Amino acid sequence: MMMLDEPLDRPRPISVAQRLLTGLHLDGPLLFGILLVSSFGLFVLYSAGGQNSDLLVRQAIRIGVAVFVMLIIAQIPPKILRMWAPWLFVIGIVLLALVLIMGEVGKGAQRWLDIGVLRFQPSELMKVAAPMAAAWYLHERPLPPKFSETLVLAVLAVALPAALIARQPDLGTALLIAASGLIVILLAGLSWRLILLSGVLALAAAPLLWFNMHNYQRQRVLTFLNPESDPLGSGYHIIQSKIAIGSGGVFGKGWLNGTQAQLEFLPERATDFIFAVLGEEFGLLGLCSLLLAYLFIVLRGLYIATQAQDTFGRLLAGSISLTFFVYVLVNTGMVTGLLPVVGVPLPMVSYGGTSMVTLMAGFGILMSVHSHRKLVAQ
Amino acid sequence: MATRLKDHWREQRLFLARVIAGGVTVVALTLFVMLRLVDLQVLNFEHFSELSLGNRVRIEALPPTRGLIYDHNGIVLAENLPSYQLEMIPEQVVDIDGSLDALVELGLLEADDLDRIRTDIRRQPNFRPVALRYRLSEEEVARFAVRRQQFPGIDIQARLIRHYPYGSVGVHALGYVGSVSQSDLQRLDPGDYAGTTHTGKIGVEFAQEDALHGTVGYRQVLVNAQGRILQELERDSPLPGADVTLTLDLELQLAAEAALAGRRGSVVAIDPRNGHILALVSQPGYDANLFSAGISTRDYHDLQEDPDIPLFNRALRGLYPPGSTIKPAVGLAGLHFGAIAPWQRVYCLGYYTLPGSSHRFRDWKPQGHGPVTLNDAIAQSCDVYFYELALKLGIDNMHDFLAGFGLGHRTGIDVPAEKGGTLPSREWKRENFRRREDQVWFPGETLITGIGQGYLQTTPLQLAQMTAVIASRGQAYRPTLVESVTDPASGETTRFEPEPLPVMEVSDPAHWDAVIQGMVEVMHGPRGTGRAAAADAAYRIAGKSGTAQVVNIAQDAKYDAEELDERLRDHALFIAFAPVEDPAIAVSVVVENGGSGSGVAAPIARAVMDNYLLRNIQ
Repeated sequence: MMMLDEPLDRPRPISVAQRLLTGLHLDGPLLFGILLVSSFGLFVLYSAGGQNSDLLVRQAIRIGVAVFVMLIIAQIPPKILRMWAPWLFVIGIVLLALVLIMGEVGKGAQRWLDIGVLRFQPSELMKVAAPMAAAWYLHERPLPPKFSETLVLAVLAVALPAALIARQPDLGTALLIAASGLIVILLAGLSWRLILLSGVLALAAAPLLWFNMHNYQRQRVLTFLNPESDPLGSGYHIIQSKIAIGSGGVFGKGWLNGTQAQLEFLPERATDFIFAVLGEEFGLLGLCSLLLAYLFIVLRGLYIATQAQDTFGRLLAGSISLTFFVYVLVNTGMVTGLLPVVGVPLPMVSYGGTSMVTLMAGFGILMSVHSHRKLVAQ
Repeated sequence: MATRLKDHWREQRLFLARVIAGGVTVVALTLFVMLRLVDLQVLNFEHFSELSLGNRVRIEALPPTRGLIYDHNGIVLAENLPSYQLEMIPEQVVDIDGSLDALVELGLLEADDLDRIRTDIRRQPNFRPVALRYRLSEEEVARFAVRRQQFPGIDIQARLIRHYPYGSVGVHALGYVGSVSQSDLQRLDPGDYAGTTHTGKIGVEFAQEDALHGTVGYRQVLVNAQGRILQELERDSPLPGADVTLTLDLELQLAAEAALAGRRGSVVAIDPRNGHILALVSQPGYDANLFSAGISTRDYHDLQEDPDIPLFNRALRGLYPPGSTIKPAVGLAGLHFGAIAPWQRVYCLGYYTLPGSSHRFRDWKPQGHGPVTLNDAIAQSCDVYFYELALKLGIDNMHDFLAGFGLGHRTGIDVPAEKGGTLPSREWKRENFRRREDQVWFPGETLITGIGQGYLQTTPLQLAQMTAVIASRGQAYRPTLVESVTDPASGETTRFEPEPLPVMEVSDPAHWDAVIQGMVEVMHGPRGTGRAAAADAAYRIAGKSGTAQVVNIAQDAKYDAEELDERLRDHALFIAFAPVEDPAIAVSVVVENGGSGSGVAAPIARAVMDNYLLRNIQ
C-alpha cells in the first residue's frame, strides 16, 4: 500500500499495471476497494432482485457509467476543481430552488427536476458541491476557524442547501449534506469546545425540529422507537429486516436461499434493504467482510487526505471519505434497527443509478487529489 | 483578526490530528455495527430463526366497504358492485414496459393510458398493487386468464367498485370517487387507507369522506413460496362506512333535469323552512361511473375539451348577473331604508338619465311603463323604477342589505368548491382594481346594479338561497345536502339539524308582504311577466324573471356562425317559491343563452314546483 505513494522520482522498476494506473490518474488501492465492493454488490443484487438478469445488466451498466465519471473527474486537477467549487454550489442552489418551484412529485416528495430527456435530482449534485464549497471557502482563510464571521458564513453555506432539501421534503439527504459540510469544518480544526457547544444546542433544538417535521417523518421516528406499533406500515420494514439478518446466523442460509428475501417478506430488498439480504444469505461473515471492505475504502480515503498538498484537497478528501462512511453507517444502522428508517441506499450495492454516480464522482475527486500532487518533497 | 496569517505547518498538524480522530471514530462505529450484528445473528439467532420459519404468515389490509348514499326517500344513489380489475405488483414484474405493451396488443389496455399507468407505478412503493384497468368484461377476464403465465406479477382481482345507478343524475351534488392520488394521501391517514383504492373527489362523496370510508380491517393469511394464499388464519374485519342520506329528492331531481334537458344551465331547489336542497342540477353533466371505473385518458380529454364544459358545476360555481331577479330584494331595500313607499309612483318614460348627463339608461320596454308603483314595477319588471330607486339608496346601502340575502359571499353549503360571487360596493371596487382611476365608483354603476347588471355576479345556489330568504320572510337556513348519517353497525342515525342563519331584520314586517305581493303579480297578475308559466297552477306562486346580458365570450373559442349566434344570446333566469301562503319550495333556474327568462326559464321552474308540490302538498 505504501509503495505506490512514495515519490516516483527515485528510479525503480514499475509494472505495466502501475504505469497504467499512474497515467490514468487512478489510485490502485482505492480502485481495488471500489471494484471489490461493486462486484460483491452485483452478486448480492442477483439474489435480492429475484435472480433477474436484466436488473443485473442494468446495474452493471450503471457501475460502468459511474466508473467512467470517476475516471473523467480524476483527470481534472484539484486546482480546477477548486475554481469550479463556488459555481457548482451556486448552480446547485438555483436548481434546488427550481425543484421546490416546479419539480416533479415522486413518492410523496418533490425531488426531481425534469429537463426533457433527463430526470435529475439536484440534491445529488449538492452532495458533492456542498463539501467542495465549504473546502473552497476555508481554503483561503486562516485555520483553525475561530468563532467569527468565517465560521458563521461557512455554517450558513452548509445550512442553506440542507434547508432547501429538507423542504422537498427529504430530511435524510438534507442531514447527510449538512453532515458532509460540517465534517469539512470539523476537519479544518474547529475547537472541541465549540463542537460540544453546538452538540448541546442541537439537542435543545430537537423538539423544534419535531414540530417542523412532516407527518410521515414523525411516523418514522415513532416507528423507530417502537416498530411493533405499526406492523403493517413502516415498522414492517424494520421487523422483517431484523428477522432476515438474525435468521442468517454466522454462516447464512446460502446464496439464493434466504427465505425472507426470496419469499418476498422483505420489502425494498434490492434497494434500501439489500444489506439484510446479504445478512440472511451470507451471515455474519458476509456482513463483516463487506464492512471491512468499506472500512478499507474509508481509511484509504483518509490517508489520501493526509497526503494532499493544499488545504482544499485535504478538507475535501477528508470530507468525502468520512461522508462515505456516514452513508454506510446510516444504511446499516437503519437496516439493523439502530437508526430510524431514512431512505439512504447502501453505497455501491443497492440497486439504483443516481447515487452511484455521485459516489464515484466523489472517488474521482479523491483520485484527482492524490494523483496530481507535485512530485517534489516538501 | 483579519491580519491573522495562514500557518501551513500548524494547519497540517491540526488536520492530521483531526483525521486520526475521524479514523478512530470510523473504526469504533464499524465495530459497534458489528457488535449489533453479533447481537442479532449470534445471540438472538434462535429467536429470529423461529420468526423466519413462522414467516409464512402475511398480514393484509382489508379495505372497508364504502357507505351508501341515499336520496331523501331512501333510494340508493351510490352503491358498491363487484367487478374484475387487472392489477400489477411492480416489483414482481420482470419487464414492466414489455408487459404493458403486450396487454395493449391483447386489447386489454389502451395505448393512451400507458402514461398514466407508468406515473401510478412510479408514485407507489413497488410492493403495492397498481390497478391497470377496472371493470373487465367476462370475455376480457377469459382472454387474460389463458395467457396468465406470460404475465408474472399481473393478475385479475375481484373488487367492489363504486357504482352510481343513475349515472349522471345529480352528479354535481353527489360528486364521485376516484383513485387515491398523491395529494389525497397528504390529507388522509395512510394506515386507514391501506388497501383503499378510491376516495371521494368532489361533492358529497368528498365532503362526507370520513363518514363514508369506514375503518380498515386486517387479516393474517398463510402463503406458499409463491405468495399465493393458502389459508386465512385470523381476521379483524373492517367496519363498513356509514350510510349517508341526502336532502335531495330523486324524483324532483329527475324532473328538474328533464325540464332543463338539452340546455346548458342550472336548477336549484331549496326547502325554505330548513335549508334542505331538494334538487341541484347543472347541465350538461357527466357519468360519475366514468371516474370510479378509472377514467380513460381519452374520456377525460373529451370531457375537458367539450365546449359545454360538463365538468363545471354551474350550480355552485357558475357566476351570472342576476338581472331582474334582483328587483324584489332591491325593492325591499328601498322600503327598509324608507327610500320609497309602496304607494308611491315613478313615471317610466322608457329611459332614465342621470342629472347633468345625457346618457340614457334604457328600459327593456322602449315606450315606457308609464306611472308605476313598486307592485307594478316588480310585476312588469320596470327598469326605470329600479334605476331611480338604486340611485336613492346608493350602492353601499344596497350592498349591505343584499348581503343579508346571501349574495357576495358563500352560502356555506355542505359540499366543497362553492363560489361566493360578487356584490359590489365602493370598498369592493377600491380593493379589486389596481389602477387608481378604475377605483372610483360611478353613479351609473349604481343604476345598473339596481337591475342586477354590472359587477353583480351570483351563483344559481345564491339565487335559490335569496329566494328562500324572501319566502321565509328573513329566516334563512344554511343550505344543506346531507340530511343524516347512519352507522351500519349500531343502526344509529345522526341527523343534521337545520342551522338557522341570522334573521334579516326589516324596518316593518309588512314590507315583506309588499314585495311578495309584487312577485305574486308577476305570476298571477294581468300584466305579470311570468303569467303564462303560472297558468292553471293548483297553488299560488311568487316569482320573478330575469335576463342577463352575455358580456363576453372566450376569444380563443371556435364556433361556427350559427353556434356563435346562439352563445351570444342573453341568459334566461327565473326565481320562484310556492305555495305563497306556506312556502315549501324555492327555486332558481338559469338557462345559459336561453334568451327570455319568462319564456324559457319560468316554465322549467313551474315544472319543478309542480312535481314537488303536487306530490307533497294536498
